[in-house]
Amino acid sequence: MLNIIKSGFFTTVQDSGRFGYRDKGVPVAGVMDSYTVSKLNTLLENDENSAVLEITMTGPTMEFEQDTYIVLGGAEMSVTLNNKPIDNYKVYKVNGGDILTYGKLLKGFRGYLGIKDGFKTTVVLGSRSFFRPITEQDSIKKISSLPYTKCKLFNPKISELKVDSVLDKSQLEVYKGPEYKLLTDKQLSQIFYKEFSVANENNRMAYQLNESIDGNAISMLTSATLPGTIQLTPAGKLIILMKDGQTTGGYPRILQLSDMAMSILAQKRSGDLVSFKLK
Amino acid sequence: MSTFKISVRQFGVHAILIEWPNRVEESILDEILQFIQFLKKNHLDEKEWEFVPAYNSLTLICKDTVLDFDYFKPKIKEWYAKKGKIDPATRYLWRLPVCYDLKFGLDLEEISGKLSMSVESITELHSQNIYTVYGIGFLPGFMYLGGVPEALEVPRKATPRPKVLMGSVGLAGKQTGIYPQDSPGGWNIIGKCPVPMFDVKKENPCFVKVGDKIQFYPISMAEYQLHKIESEVGIYNIEKIVLDA
Repeated sequence: MLNIIKSGFFTTVQDSGRFGYRDKGVPVAGVMDSYTVSKLNTLLENDENSAVLEITMTGPTMEFEQDTYIVLGGAEMSVTLNNKPIDNYKVYKVNGGDILTYGKLLKGFRGYLGIKDGFKTTVVLGSRSFFRPITEQDSIKKISSLPYTKCKLFNPKISELKVDSVLDKSQLEVYKGPEYKLLTDKQLSQIFYKEFSVANENNRMAYQLNESIDGNAISMLTSATLPGTIQLTPAGKLIILMKDGQTTGGYPRILQLSDMAMSILAQKRSGDLVSFKLK
Repeated sequence: MSTFKISVRQFGVHAILIEWPNRVEESILDEILQFIQFLKKNHLDEKEWEFVPAYNSLTLICKDTVLDFDYFKPKIKEWYAKKGKIDPATRYLWRLPVCYDLKFGLDLEEISGKLSMSVESITELHSQNIYTVYGIGFLPGFMYLGGVPEALEVPRKATPRPKVLMGSVGLAGKQTGIYPQDSPGGWNIIGKCPVPMFDVKKENPCFVKVGDKIQFYPISMAEYQLHKIESEVGIYNIEKIVLDA
């Protein structure tokens, strides 16, 4: 068990998501920055669907009950293991009783903690990813415990990785969305020739942007949306659906983020700048 | 022979959007549901693909791989042309109890004024009608129901409520439905249904599927309380009638 001593701002268990229930209105969920998490699970030689902790903004303090191996990645946060600083993308052995403490957020927005063989919390509808009301919890709470399998000995093939970090990137590659054709030349230039800043309304469901473009009063029949779908509201706001985003919507789906752009955006916080580039 | 013209479009690298004519029509929904059955049976493995129907569209989502759209576009048109007439999955008419007591129907009196109809006439008309499930989305288990009689069309509330309670039955424009969880919401609330629309403890967490039909029937407060407890302990049987029989 991993015992949560202090919970931090918003930390969840996530794997690669819940597949097969979108026709019942259940969002996919899963890790926001899948690029980073695939690196962590590779280093730990885990199954790619292994559950990790997704740590948003400020992290928890935790105590390991059994021996295991961990890797951190994503946002740069000052993290210590038994008061000694540790780095991202490096395999560390931890012993029963060790304390992992998350400190200040330095860069990015979402840190990840991967563990050998993944966290073994309850699988609901095919996934461990937290999403209320599918899972009972929406985030980890103080004095809760997360199960994992003890691992005494593991010789990683690679113990450290130099990762081409998504943290320094701000250009988001997009594909044309189903309603791209509705955009006027003016709207296109508003989208592709200026920067946007991330609004305060940003979470696992959706990221909104502060700057508006010309609106679109087209009403359309409700249809499927995906993580990474950019919707244009009648008032000209861009809403980018993320992993917990609703499965259907009625606003024009003008653009669709690439998988890499999803990971880049997942590391942005209020005020950060992004731009779009058509792929 | 399939009678509608369809358009097939790329939707990111993991999904394909297929669209039928831009209308709310049962014959279009039938075609979509038939095509899903046909694809599942003959061409696309359910373990690898998700099928999301809504009104006039079907979105096919592939689990991991990046799709070769140039391969799939002509294939999908070819498959659709070959589909022929096939039986969609068995459809049901679900009869759901609703308590229209003013304690639950928070906006009944207000919309009674707006529609110039008595509260009794509103609830009577709402429960006489049979609705078609055109889509499920917005929240887990939230049904988009079509078929609201014109006399009941009333604009959504100017200011949404920050919290609408689970089970609340809403009415807005051409739509009616049940909030499957507590949620913010701008629909006019006219009653409450004691049967949960989404239950993660069940293998099939949502008993309704797109293409099914819904009828509401009025119950008293006492019946509401009883059915609520029956639902909680798992002994409430939802009334269903097989359609297309």
